[in-house]
Amino acid sequence: MSDNPVYDRIQGEIDSNSVVLFMKGNPMFPQCGFSAAIAQALTVMEVKFKGVDVLADEDIRNGIKEFSSWPTIPQLYVKGEFVGGCDIVREMHESGELKKLLDEKGVEYAS
Amino acid sequence: MAMQAEEIERLIKEGLPGAEVTIQDLRGDGDHYSAQVISTEFEGKSRVQQHQLVYQALQGRMGNELHALQLQTSAP
Repeated sequence: MSDNPVYDRIQGEIDSNSVVLFMKGNPMFPQCGFSAAIAQALTVMEVKFKGVDVLADEDIRNGIKEFSSWPTIPQLYVKGEFVGGCDIVREMHESGELKKLLDEKGVEYAS
Repeated sequence: MAMQAEEIERLIKEGLPGAEVTIQDLRGDGDHYSAQVISTEFEGKSRVQQHQLVYQALQGRMGNELHALQLQTSAP
């Protein structure tokens, strides 16, 4: 895709976790309202997800924007596919589309 | 480093000719906007692709000068 080494690390996170949220802060302590909104939606749905704190890693923070062709954080990936940022995910959550997508993709829920 | 609503509208219309653009300043602080964009360019595209077209039109300002832009896109 590119010779930017951070892309491999981003791809690694996406490959090794079914649901990845690139966010500011972590799921327990989000540092931004938009990140908090998605993390909370996933938590309420009891989805197992990995939160990647972009504030802890400047390379990922900048790299993920180019990687996804998406200028803002948070960014949600499900089974390797970029689902969207805060507006899209919120819309999908409210309409029930997000749950449908997660089910279709066979995502694991916390038991 | 805020942006004027008119400037946002102008850039979106420039990138997506013929688009219908409605901008709202959500907090009256010139920093948190919402934009509703209706464009024929969006036909047959996913929501992610539609938002990417708007971000392209904003030429890198999103996430920089433009801190928060709540986007709603649709085809006419």
